[in-house]
Amino acid sequence: MPIKHPHIRLESMHGAISAWRARIGVDELLPICREVRDGGGRLLALWGSDERANGEGFALHVTLVNESGLVCLSVLLPNEQPAYPDISRIFPAANRMQRAAYDLVGIYAHEGRDHRKWLRHGAWHSGSFPLHKDFDAAQSRCDEAESYPFVQVEGQGVHEIPVGPVHAGIIEPGHFRFSVIGERVLRLEEHLGYVHKGIEKRFESMTLQQGAKLAGRVSGDSTVAYAWAYAMAAESIANVTPPDHALWLRALLLERERIANHLGDLGYLGNDVALSFGFAQFWILKEQVLRNNAALFGHRYLMDRIVPGGVSADLNVDGRQLLEQECAMLEREAGILRGIYEEHAGVQDRFIGTGRVEPQLAAQLGLCGMAGRASAQAWDARVQFACAPYDKLDVQMATHRNGDVAARASVRFDELFESLRLQRKILTNLLGDEPGKKLEVLPANGFGIGMVEGWRGEVMVAMHTDAQGKLARVHPHDPSWQNWPVLEHAILGNIVPDFPLINKSFNLSYSGVDL
Amino acid sequence: MMLTPEQTLAVVFQITQLLLVVLAAPLLSGWVSQCQAWLQNRSGAGVLQPYRVLHKLFHKDAVMAHNASWLFRITPYIVFGCMWLAAAIIPIIAVDLPFSQAADVIALVGVFALARMFIALAAMDIGTSFGTLGARREMLVSFLAEPALLMVLFTASMISHSTQLPRIVEALAHHQFVLYPSLAFAALAFVIVLLAENARVPVDNPSTHLELTMIHEAMILEYSARHLALIEWASSLKLFAYISIGIALFLPHGIAEVGNWPVLPLAIGLLMLKLMAAGAGLAVLETLMAKMRIFRAPEFLGTAFLLAVLGLLIHFLLGA
Repeated sequence: MPIKHPHIRLESMHGAISAWRARIGVDELLPICREVRDGGGRLLALWGSDERANGEGFALHVTLVNESGLVCLSVLLPNEQPAYPDISRIFPAANRMQRAAYDLVGIYAHEGRDHRKWLRHGAWHSGSFPLHKDFDAAQSRCDEAESYPFVQVEGQGVHEIPVGPVHAGIIEPGHFRFSVIGERVLRLEEHLGYVHKGIEKRFESMTLQQGAKLAGRVSGDSTVAYAWAYAMAAESIANVTPPDHALWLRALLLERERIANHLGDLGYLGNDVALSFGFAQFWILKEQVLRNNAALFGHRYLMDRIVPGGVSADLNVDGRQLLEQECAMLEREAGILRGIYEEHAGVQDRFIGTGRVEPQLAAQLGLCGMAGRASAQAWDARVQFACAPYDKLDVQMATHRNGDVAARASVRFDELFESLRLQRKILTNLLGDEPGKKLEVLPANGFGIGMVEGWRGEVMVAMHTDAQGKLARVHPHDPSWQNWPVLEHAILGNIVPDFPLINKSFNLSYSGVDL
Repeated sequence: MMLTPEQTLAVVFQITQLLLVVLAAPLLSGWVSQCQAWLQNRSGAGVLQPYRVLHKLFHKDAVMAHNASWLFRITPYIVFGCMWLAAAIIPIIAVDLPFSQAADVIALVGVFALARMFIALAAMDIGTSFGTLGARREMLVSFLAEPALLMVLFTASMISHSTQLPRIVEALAHHQFVLYPSLAFAALAFVIVLLAENARVPVDNPSTHLELTMIHEAMILEYSARHLALIEWASSLKLFAYISIGIALFLPHGIAEVGNWPVLPLAIGLLMLKLMAAGAGLAVLETLMAKMRIFRAPEFLGTAFLLAVLGLLIHFLLGA
């Protein structure tokens, strides 16, 4: 049992990941959260749902994680004034999730310190909530003028630099408000939500298999992780286990996604310090990986290769050989490039000490995933919650203590080489050809959860089915929710021109948090 | 007023140089980019890419900020004019051109400063934070680079006893080949100044899209269409002018004299070779180096100043 508390009855959930579920009263939320935090646990995700169809008002769902697994707490809230206690004092990462839950579902944290809107950018009225089942999109349209009260920094010589959401390069839209004195950053405040696509609303009207495609498009660079987490959630409701072959293939695809993204990011890190040589070399390697993906699996970024119930891809002997050659090539080339990065005085001068997140701060703010491991937060779902086939792979977790750009680059290199090792190991185990049976229908009133260690961190998908077994609510959660606020701290005391480098060293998803 | 035949010839040479420089400057930028592409295993866009960019920009409609004043509008023309004038002053294809006698090296530095002042003012004119940010950084870099540049020029002036560029070039090109240790130091300093003044790596990154790291690019973010084309062209001209100053000071051998038609093709051919070598060298430097943190720029440019002063001292102590 992950937590012991007098008023909690944990129900073990089916599925690949060890997870428990409990319905609790509003008053027990804070003590349980506090207990989990004191035991070294973290907040994974927070979302709301409209349960009025079941005659129950609204519900708040909080997923916590500690060493033994996931705990999904559901709190029923009344129809009128659906309020719950503010948990952002215990888990600071909850702040934006709570605000997003209000914007979408209308449930709110009372005594919360921050009630500013988060996802709502004036596309719908302040009194209407898109995730209500009776939401009328046409009626709620509005062209409200954008106004968002940023926290003001005052003092002599302090001025603000607003950046974005339209940037000079072609990147995703996000607004960054710097308060600076000279070149030194005193405060950074982010404002995201510019790519809110209504994904969660869209899920409500989709079948299970359609939803799998949508889940794979939450954040394009993590499509495998999302598709797997979605499939895992569905399989957890249906209580089915895909055949071994399908699981090995899933792991292969996930590691290939990690390899491609780490290669791309290492190139970008070079580019951001104007070492375009490194950029070009790493992107040649990444392109090779993507082309092999296209040739072997039919999609450069591996979209739609994982479906609930199994996989829709296979690998023949020639393909296996090609991947083994690719592994050897990448190990050799990336090894040389690592040497160049580590010996380049100009690069190291920019990397070392830049954007440092101390382990203590990282733990306090719940920094997770690759960036967390660079700040000594030793969490890796492939290690702690090794679901098949990772239980047979013995993944070596890469960690670092320094928490600066150099540490994040170093963790990327380590994970790249580890993924290449895993890919080799997976290839030798890839026997059989059973792709698994596609799941089409789910049991009624089910709740399932899936979590996968994507290249950026833990990607989670929670799934609720209604009385007919249709998707009632699907909530995808990106690790960027936890990590974006930490970026605001990482930049403090650094100079403005170092921000793009620090930002890139985290490389967080805009799309994945704007849903 | 009637021009003597020599004067007419000088004017013809001057016009030839003006046209040559303004037409060839984008080619040099294209060459540098192409060399970089080759060094990075990329195929590159070709040496003619800057012309395509200029062509594209001249065919677009200009967009202006609502609060842009006349200063913002005229700046591209002033900057372009300054760079063209600077390129006219430098003996590039021949010495003793009429323009170069009108202004000496100190005036040349002044012409560059004038362009910089206008572009910085224009950047602040529209009141965006990036313009101001860029202008502030540009001023930091240039106020450190300018004294170093003057020191370099003074070292050359000491050797030739004149601040007139034609006299300097003559003194260096038309005497027998001598190695001046003082000039070696000055040349190193000059390379550093060239990198800084032309917004190249490691001080600035001309190809970046990260607005927060920009120096020169941040100042011109609000420009579009023909204005941007003129500024881009002026940047090419500036690079051309700087490399030409370098050639005039440190490798002037083979330059033609006004009126000497038979030597002119050879002079132009030699000039092209030198420019290609300098452009390739610049590409190598930029590929090898990472951009330094902006607060390292003072150290970097301080080194340039120090080297230039060393050159000057060596000249005084050794007379060489």
